[in-house]
Amino acid sequence: MEPVIQTRGLTKSFGSTVALDGLDLTVGRGEVHGFLGPNGAGKSTTIRVLLGLLRKDGGEATLLGKDPWRDAVELHRRLAYVPGDVNLWPNLSGGEAIDLLGSLRGSQDVARRDELVERFQLDPTKRCSAYSKGNRQKVAIVAGLAADVELFLLDEPTSGLDPLMESVFQDVVREITARGGTVLLSSHILAEAEALCDTVSIIRAGRIVESGTLAALRHLTRTTLHVTTTTPVDGLETAPGVHDLVRTDDGRTATFEVEAEHLGALVAHIGQHGVLSLTSSPPTLEELFLRHYGDELAGLSGNGTNGGNGGGPSDTGAGARRDVEDFARRLGAEVAR
Amino acid sequence: MTAQRFAGTGRLVRLALRRDRVVLPVWILAVAGLAWAMVASYESTLPTEADRISTVTFSASNPMARIFDGPASGTDIGAMALVEGWKVLAILGALMSAQAVVRHTRQDEELGRAELVGSAVVGRHAKLTAALLLTAGADVVLGLTVAAAIAVPSGLAWSGALAAGMAAAGMGFVFAGIAAVAAQVFSTARGANAVAGAALGVAFLLRAAGDLTGTTSDDGFVVRSSWPSWLSPYGWGQQVRPYFENNWWIGGLFVGLAVALVAVAYTLTEHRDVGSGMVPPRSGPARGGAGLRSSFGLAWRLQRGVLGVWLVGLAIFGGAFGSIGDGVEEYIADNDSVREMFTLIAPGAEVVEVYYTFVMAMLGIAAGGYAVQALLRMRAEEMSGRVEPLLATATGRHQWLAGHVLIVAVGTAAVLLGAGVSGGVVYGAMTGKWADGLGDITAAAAVQVPAALALAGFVVAVFGLLPRWAGPITWFALAAALVMGQLGALFELPQWLLDVSPFTHVPLVPAEPFSAAPVVWLSVAALGLGALGFAAFRRRDLAIGA
Repeated sequence: MEPVIQTRGLTKSFGSTVALDGLDLTVGRGEVHGFLGPNGAGKSTTIRVLLGLLRKDGGEATLLGKDPWRDAVELHRRLAYVPGDVNLWPNLSGGEAIDLLGSLRGSQDVARRDELVERFQLDPTKRCSAYSKGNRQKVAIVAGLAADVELFLLDEPTSGLDPLMESVFQDVVREITARGGTVLLSSHILAEAEALCDTVSIIRAGRIVESGTLAALRHLTRTTLHVTTTTPVDGLETAPGVHDLVRTDDGRTATFEVEAEHLGALVAHIGQHGVLSLTSSPPTLEELFLRHYGDELAGLSGNGTNGGNGGGPSDTGAGARRDVEDFARRLGAEVAR
Repeated sequence: MTAQRFAGTGRLVRLALRRDRVVLPVWILAVAGLAWAMVASYESTLPTEADRISTVTFSASNPMARIFDGPASGTDIGAMALVEGWKVLAILGALMSAQAVVRHTRQDEELGRAELVGSAVVGRHAKLTAALLLTAGADVVLGLTVAAAIAVPSGLAWSGALAAGMAAAGMGFVFAGIAAVAAQVFSTARGANAVAGAALGVAFLLRAAGDLTGTTSDDGFVVRSSWPSWLSPYGWGQQVRPYFENNWWIGGLFVGLAVALVAVAYTLTEHRDVGSGMVPPRSGPARGGAGLRSSFGLAWRLQRGVLGVWLVGLAIFGGAFGSIGDGVEEYIADNDSVREMFTLIAPGAEVVEVYYTFVMAMLGIAAGGYAVQALLRMRAEEMSGRVEPLLATATGRHQWLAGHVLIVAVGTAAVLLGAGVSGGVVYGAMTGKWADGLGDITAAAAVQVPAALALAGFVVAVFGLLPRWAGPITWFALAAALVMGQLGALFELPQWLLDVSPFTHVPLVPAEPFSAAPVVWLSVAALGLGALGFAAFRRRDLAIGA
């Protein structure tokens, strides 16, 4: 089946800043596709190119089989967009802004709009100038998600929403996919992506560095095992693919990480030592992400030619490395939360 | 305790100076430049005592001159220039001060910056105090600069120049106070600025009533205003009467009122929450009405306010000029140098025809000002990121652009024709020459339309091609057209340079017969530039708002 979104070698620069550096992104029909990366990696630029708001410098981009620049208007009838930070007309009420955007697209479902206003607890009579950040975001979300269209481009849609509204948002996205809609969800809130996405693409410095189903990506990384056996498992220290081993209880309890490809053999080996308990924790998306960026980190400290990220001023290895460290730190905070 | 409320004021003043280091000097120099130009033009057009006597007699006896300029104050050249020039000093000084206060108080609160600042070691009154100190300082500098601009190039006495400067600074003090109160009461910067603007309008009208109903001295050179003038700070500035009486004590009225207003503002600050006003924002409809269901509907909603103000404003000016038309003939008959200038422009034409050609040339450039302001709204919408969600719907770029351009094009024509018809009706009513009035004056307005639209086309082209520079380039183009139109002959600018301005090519109707060629070419230029802008906007990246 033809992908809903496909880009090949997409490039876009703003002056000397390279925002997209050969981006290959594929999103299939009916997917919720997570588009993950730190700030300035090029997520919003990609979405704006897909919307025909920015003109690509090179490469190919097709949306629903059409050219996003040339066929912008025709495509926009079939998609809805929720920006991450929206500035609204201060003298219009929220309800007016929603209806304006809906009628411009030509496909607003009034019952659905009213239902979403209710579920997101938005007061549509307030002037846009009086809304808080979160409420402004709700206006954009209701205007976008009330559309009866086949593709939804959501660019960090839940920034500023409280956890209750975040959960309403997740419900609504699930309803959309249940009806067969396709969603591209750009985010740096990995818990949200993990809860919603079937497939993810990880973007760094304007390039997709990892893409696939969440299950497949998990296979690329390590699983944490915690085992207690009657006799100590021998040879763990030297077994292939085992990392970060910690033994307690005279060696009968071991906690370690194992690479996916060695998991089967290792479990068979452990089975010969009288297993009393075994817990296995698959990697969370956060761990997966950190692992990936950890590799980047190692590569970057070796050579500084990888370039900075799309929006930031850092085009040296050290700068990029700092970005990654920042991102990792933020992720840590998110995991703790 | 009291000192704590002002903690951090010094640092905030430095912040405000840093933020306004360009804006305020530009305001001050612009006002001073206009003051200089006003005095210089009086010196060059009214060289003899006889010229001045006929002009001041006209100003003192003509109701429209009394309403718009104020009370005539004798035949001294400085006094005459400053009677007419006061509106520039007063209006710009008041707006500069009100906007500066709002910028550093309510605007910061509205945008959330005040909260951040307020969480630091900053007292409750520090922000307002810093804004007022900055503005009062700017007003004093404004007064001194204006005085220098009047006295130095002309060689006129410093006393009158300083009196005029004091009046301008006093006007600034009072409107800083009004803005300080408004910034406490209203929750948006727009609202607070609008109140200050409305207060300025009321002040103007009060003294207009006072000057209109005032009495004229026996020699006919001086108007004594009646009591409503004394209710208005705008009127006080006129009663300083620089180069006639130099009433220094009026400075005390300005300071007294400003202090009272500031005291009110401090009391209000004491009793309100940071971020909120005293007037709760009104709520709006829960649903978008039928009028707001298209990009054209939205464009109309965004543009109608500005258009309404310009329509009414230029119609009032058109009417005012129409009412003077009759008096102009008598005036010019007595005034040799002005008559010479008129015959130079259009030999053989009637004086009143030349007068209306002149007036409408001014209104044509004013209509160009409307077109620039209204079209730059598109750039503001784009920069603030509000166009992005629109263009992500099934609204094409051309469709969005066409909505605004159509409204502004029709609006430009409407603004000019409104001014022409209003002028014609008033002239007809006062003279009984209905056919001349309506026909000639409306025609004089109509021929300006293609020139104003050519400027509008230029704005659209720049918006498409050089969006980043759209504001500076188009305002500069308007200013250049204004300078060439008004002062081109005075400075003896070369013809090729004058030809760049579309307004140079407008046929001098009704002073000369109508010729179609320039009108056709201007229309072609307007359409061509507009088409260029449309094509360029289709091809360029959308600016993504902050």
